[in-house]
Amino acid sequence: MSSGSGFGDEKGGSSSVGEPEYGHDPASGGIFSSDYKRHDDLKEMLDSNKDSLKLEAMKRIVAMIARGKNASDLFPAVVKNVACKNIEVKKLVYVYLVRYAEEQQDLALLSISTFQRGLKDPNQLIRASALRVLSSIRVTIIVPIMMLAIKEAASDMSPYVRKTAAHAIPKLYSLDPEQKDQLIEVIEKLLADKTTLVAGSVVMAFEEVCPERIDLIHKNYRKLCNLLIDVEEWGQVVIINMLTRYARTQFLNPNVNVKSDLIKSNPLGEKAFYGSDDEEGKEEKAEAAALAKRKPYVMDPDHRLLLRNTKPLLQSRNAAVVMAVAQLYFHLAPKAEVGVIAKALVRLMRSHSEVQYVVLQNVATMTIKRRGMFEPYLKSFYIRSTDPTQIKILKLEVLTNLANETNISTILREFQTYIKSMDKDFVAATIQAIGRCATNIGEVRDTCLNGLVQLLSNRDELVVAESVVVIKKLLQMQPEQHSDIIKHMAKLTDNIQVPMARASILWLIGEYCEHVPKIAPDVLRKMAKTFTNEEDIVKLQIINLAAKLYLTNSKQTKLLTQYVLNLAKYDQNYDIRDRARFIRQLIVPTDKSGALSKYAKKLFLALKPAPVLESPFKDRDHFQLGSLSHLLNAKAGGYQELPDWPETAPDPSVRNVEVPEWTKCSSREKRKEKKVEKPFYSDSEEESGPTESADSESDSASGSGSGSESEESGSGSESEESREESESEQEDKEDEEDKRKKKKKTDRGKVKAPAVESPERFFFIFSRFRFLILEVQRLASDSCSLRTSCRRWHKKTIAPSGSVKTYELLHRITGEGLGVEYCFSRQPFSPDAHMVAVQIMFTNNTNAETKNLHVEDPKLQSGMRIKEFPEIELLPPGEMVTVVMGIDFCDSTQAANFQLCTHIRKFFVSIQPPVGELMMPVFMTENEFKKEQGQLMGMNEISEKLTLGEKCQNEHGIVQRVTSAANVSRSSCSSSLKSNLQVCRKDGVQWDFSVGYCDGDWHNAGEGYSTGPNPVAP
Amino acid sequence: MIHSLFLINSSSDIFLEKHWKSVISRSVCDYFFEVQEKAGEAENVPPVIHAGHHYLINIYREKIFFVSVIQSEVPPLFVIEFLHHVAETFQDYFGECSESAIKDNVVIVYELLEEMLDNGFPLATESNILKELIKPPNILRSVVNSITGSCNVGETLPTGQLSTIPWRRAGVKYTNNEAYFDVVEEIDAILDKTGSVVFAEIQGVIDACVNLTGMPDLTLSFMNPRLLDDVSFHPCVRFKRWESERVLSFIPPDGNFRLLSYHVSAQNLVAIPIYVKQNISFFETGSSGRLDITVGPKQTMGKTVEAVFVTINMPKVVLSANLTATQGNYTYNPVTKTLVWDIGKLSQQKLPNLKGSLTLQCGAPKPEESPSLNIDLKIQQLAISGLKVNRLDMYGEKYKPFKGVKYVSKAGKFQVRT
Repeated sequence: MSSGSGFGDEKGGSSSVGEPEYGHDPASGGIFSSDYKRHDDLKEMLDSNKDSLKLEAMKRIVAMIARGKNASDLFPAVVKNVACKNIEVKKLVYVYLVRYAEEQQDLALLSISTFQRGLKDPNQLIRASALRVLSSIRVTIIVPIMMLAIKEAASDMSPYVRKTAAHAIPKLYSLDPEQKDQLIEVIEKLLADKTTLVAGSVVMAFEEVCPERIDLIHKNYRKLCNLLIDVEEWGQVVIINMLTRYARTQFLNPNVNVKSDLIKSNPLGEKAFYGSDDEEGKEEKAEAAALAKRKPYVMDPDHRLLLRNTKPLLQSRNAAVVMAVAQLYFHLAPKAEVGVIAKALVRLMRSHSEVQYVVLQNVATMTIKRRGMFEPYLKSFYIRSTDPTQIKILKLEVLTNLANETNISTILREFQTYIKSMDKDFVAATIQAIGRCATNIGEVRDTCLNGLVQLLSNRDELVVAESVVVIKKLLQMQPEQHSDIIKHMAKLTDNIQVPMARASILWLIGEYCEHVPKIAPDVLRKMAKTFTNEEDIVKLQIINLAAKLYLTNSKQTKLLTQYVLNLAKYDQNYDIRDRARFIRQLIVPTDKSGALSKYAKKLFLALKPAPVLESPFKDRDHFQLGSLSHLLNAKAGGYQELPDWPETAPDPSVRNVEVPEWTKCSSREKRKEKKVEKPFYSDSEEESGPTESADSESDSASGSGSGSESEESGSGSESEESREESESEQEDKEDEEDKRKKKKKTDRGKVKAPAVESPERFFFIFSRFRFLILEVQRLASDSCSLRTSCRRWHKKTIAPSGSVKTYELLHRITGEGLGVEYCFSRQPFSPDAHMVAVQIMFTNNTNAETKNLHVEDPKLQSGMRIKEFPEIELLPPGEMVTVVMGIDFCDSTQAANFQLCTHIRKFFVSIQPPVGELMMPVFMTENEFKKEQGQLMGMNEISEKLTLGEKCQNEHGIVQRVTSAANVSRSSCSSSLKSNLQVCRKDGVQWDFSVGYCDGDWHNAGEGYSTGPNPVAP
Repeated sequence: MIHSLFLINSSSDIFLEKHWKSVISRSVCDYFFEVQEKAGEAENVPPVIHAGHHYLINIYREKIFFVSVIQSEVPPLFVIEFLHHVAETFQDYFGECSESAIKDNVVIVYELLEEMLDNGFPLATESNILKELIKPPNILRSVVNSITGSCNVGETLPTGQLSTIPWRRAGVKYTNNEAYFDVVEEIDAILDKTGSVVFAEIQGVIDACVNLTGMPDLTLSFMNPRLLDDVSFHPCVRFKRWESERVLSFIPPDGNFRLLSYHVSAQNLVAIPIYVKQNISFFETGSSGRLDITVGPKQTMGKTVEAVFVTINMPKVVLSANLTATQGNYTYNPVTKTLVWDIGKLSQQKLPNLKGSLTLQCGAPKPEESPSLNIDLKIQQLAISGLKVNRLDMYGEKYKPFKGVKYVSKAGKFQVRT
């Protein structure tokens, strides 16, 4: 923009010509003053009341920042404009502020109030941008303000603001790591968010702040898998990488029954990956027989879900996403399925050379473990003369890794053309590659050797030298057959000058001097002549050669050896002097020569093992592929190790998410039916997109929802009858205790027929920190319209309690005779009022005593606490003991996981509170209720599906089913309460009801509420 | 994630810096300069450099190094892809991604970088959202702006950022509703000395220019979709439809975008549109060599092969070339040692030939390496793989759009070995 502006010369001068003069050195006086002056005029422009002047000044300042010039002395003048009306000026001021706030902390504080105002703006984009800038200002003093702002934004209605909150978390964390605990709470909350917009950002925050808190992922795992395809590209990369790590901790190795290093241990005899059924099948069978005791491997459905949902992303246009999926498959998929990634990775090779470089590095690592995968794409790794050298060398590496008996002839032919290349580094690498192929594949060793020997007559010395080095290594494998090659190489000493090559030749002749008895002394003679002019490594090898010849052929070479050793004695290099002295002592027999000299021959002419030519990419796969650490082959800062597969799978039920699953169902339903929009659900309406996201969500829910549904229905039907009975009994008892409670109940309509036409609703209100509204509607099968009819309500203050239901914590079979049940006793837990009392009943069904029953190693969501029961010293056979423990669920329905330990065993158990158990009854009038209801902000809701059997056709039965499912009981209510609640419909006899609850900010609520966190059962 | 970005020109000048977290001194680039010097050519600079406490991940585009500073573990491809995305955005905004364009528009560049990353993590990278936030410069607007003092930052807040289809703006309106699709195919091939195919494949893309009102939902189908071996999509394409029906169903972004890239692999027998007969030889004595190249059309499906170029990188000892071309012109650059022969159109009747002698450095031994020929060509109105678009349907809007499909085939990395 600057060029076209009306300020012409003045400004143009400042932005491109003038500035460098006073550049970096504000200290030098004269220049500084002119600098000062120039800034003076900027200040004037900033102080003017014309937006155009301000804008011009800001543009010039930003241009200065861009070029790395110091503009910090303008801070006061710029900050004044933070509240400027002009959007562009404002944006540029933000840019400036973020850049310099760190240096001018006090002045930066002046701007904070503007952002705080912005945080309250009704427009979500303004709220988001205010939070963004506020959190970017790196001034420690505002940490509490930032914390507050982030917390607020994390429960904002707008998903975009929540996304910004997620972005702000790592910023605050880097500014003040002490806020970690609080930030984890926010992360936990945002992880539960079900919008695609937030998912990527919050996982990024998770990775930066608390990557070790893998337990936070459990409940969100399925949701993340299902949202993945709709998340933006950058978020996908982060999520996939995190899920790879997660899966490694939670699932079993799918290749556990397959001999994992089959390829590695047997690189030659292995067949092509795809055609390997026969042989591998046999092997596998043998393996399987050996592992007969082990259980057959069954993939966890969640593991499968991850693999299935990431696969389409191999088709992404973004190379980083493709790479992320590829590494996920490489690390997690069963061997037979990994093949799918090859095609996608080969596709990436068409991309920019930087992308190629990274992809080839990863392919090189993969080809070592899973060669078969890339074999069909061999030709895609052929090298063009126009490729950059670093790419050529990587491709060469891949080609070498892919070589086997079937394709070696093609590869060698290809290598032959590479040797003619103009790029000498590349030619040298090719020769090394040929050497590696020759060592790995026995059949072609001779061919390769002959080819390399031909190269010895190449005119380029580098080529010859490299060949010599490689030939030396190859000859070590079978020296007897190749004395003619050694002779040939001996001749080369006259011409070849590259020290490494000369040294290699000398070593070869010395090592195999017995194969070339006539030539060797002659070579030594020649070398002795030129000894003083040789490079150090060559000198050392001459000494070696002399020593070996002395030992084998002392008649001819005694004098020569003496001469060489004398020369070496006065060499400038102390290593050589040292070596000479050492060798003389060892080989030349003297009177005093020690015991060692007897063994000199053994020492020098011992059989040396042939060198193994290995890929530099071997074993690199212990780094997560696609990571920076893998590329550098060194651990980068912040790298999270990829854990090994667990021996036994951790409890898969931790991922069962009943609450969010219901939520999803109902919210989806709502979207589809396009029912009533109520103020407090409006934000979820905003989130829902027109087409795609809805599609994918419906898929996902149907996939994963079914499991949990069936569980619920199972447990529901079991205990249903007992619940009904006990309800009536207990009703009276607890009536008096719970006077504060109030419930509203419908007037019972005359409901008879199964297909009732008029809608029926019930309201239940509870409050603790949260507000819970429950509503039920029954509709005829064909009607889905909402009727907001008024009903009459009775006002009554009753406090019937729901039944006390007993849940199983540990079945006596899994518990090896120890059966454990628990129930929520609905009594205040006296040691800590925040906690919910849980009564635990232990039954010892064995014949032996169980000792030392206690709780260990609780794994809790942040904020949750547990008060363990005192250890039970002894539980005799057949006895039963009841204890009470307290758990603060922190108002979430997340399960509390812990271990139950006896003196011999540990059991993983978890207690998940039904919604109703977390609530405390509160008395309120209807008006108050309405008022509260109006202040609700929708963040969470829970829904559950009920299927009514034939017997539940009457209204009473329905009510009971509903109340028991919600774990609440009815109370009466008064007058008419018009509902504007949300309704879900299911056909016929199926009922949906949904319970919405939210984090109401209780401080804002009206008076008369008990705000104490007393967990009193409903 | 990405901590800072430095833009460095070919003369090792840092002409722009941007920090998303606290400021990192530009001295960190010294590590880069060191490696650059060692690497010699720009393309050989490794994309990832370990620099003390930092890591430098860089890309090289349009003679500019984009050097980003990383402090901790991050997938390198993530950064590389992002940097290319930045370069493409500049290209999109300024028409070219050159040093001068960036310097001239430094404020817009800064505003863009500010929006694209938040704390080093990508925030808004979709071109449609960015264009709502920051308007691209054009001459008319800059004149108007300088008079009225209005600005190039969007007045309205970008709603696209909030939608689930972030690639499309809401409320798009056109008087002429048009949708154009360019099917561009590139042949990657290696031919050996004798002219037989060592390796060949086709890389294709479909670039679209869609100017349609409202929220159209398009469906593009092919006559022969099975041809496509491996595909990658713009995020707007519904993957499930492709999986089940092999049609492309999408709500298009507004304007230009790449809908699809695909790959037709060697198995499907790639047609090579030309053949090359060549003979380059150097004599043992006399410091000279001969060159004889003939190019002819082959398997062109009745279309003309145009814009044929042959580029040869000669060995260093070749001083000059004295050749005659029966068609087109040749140039030999003695500094870079490249011989370029611009042939133009190929005709069936008279095969273009380039013949003559090469002069070598006096006394130098005969070069052992053999140069390879890089071929460039173009065929209009033909997708060499035979891919054909069947039809384009539009749903969701009432008007009748104007539709067009164009095919073109080019040589990609097409190399003949000698």
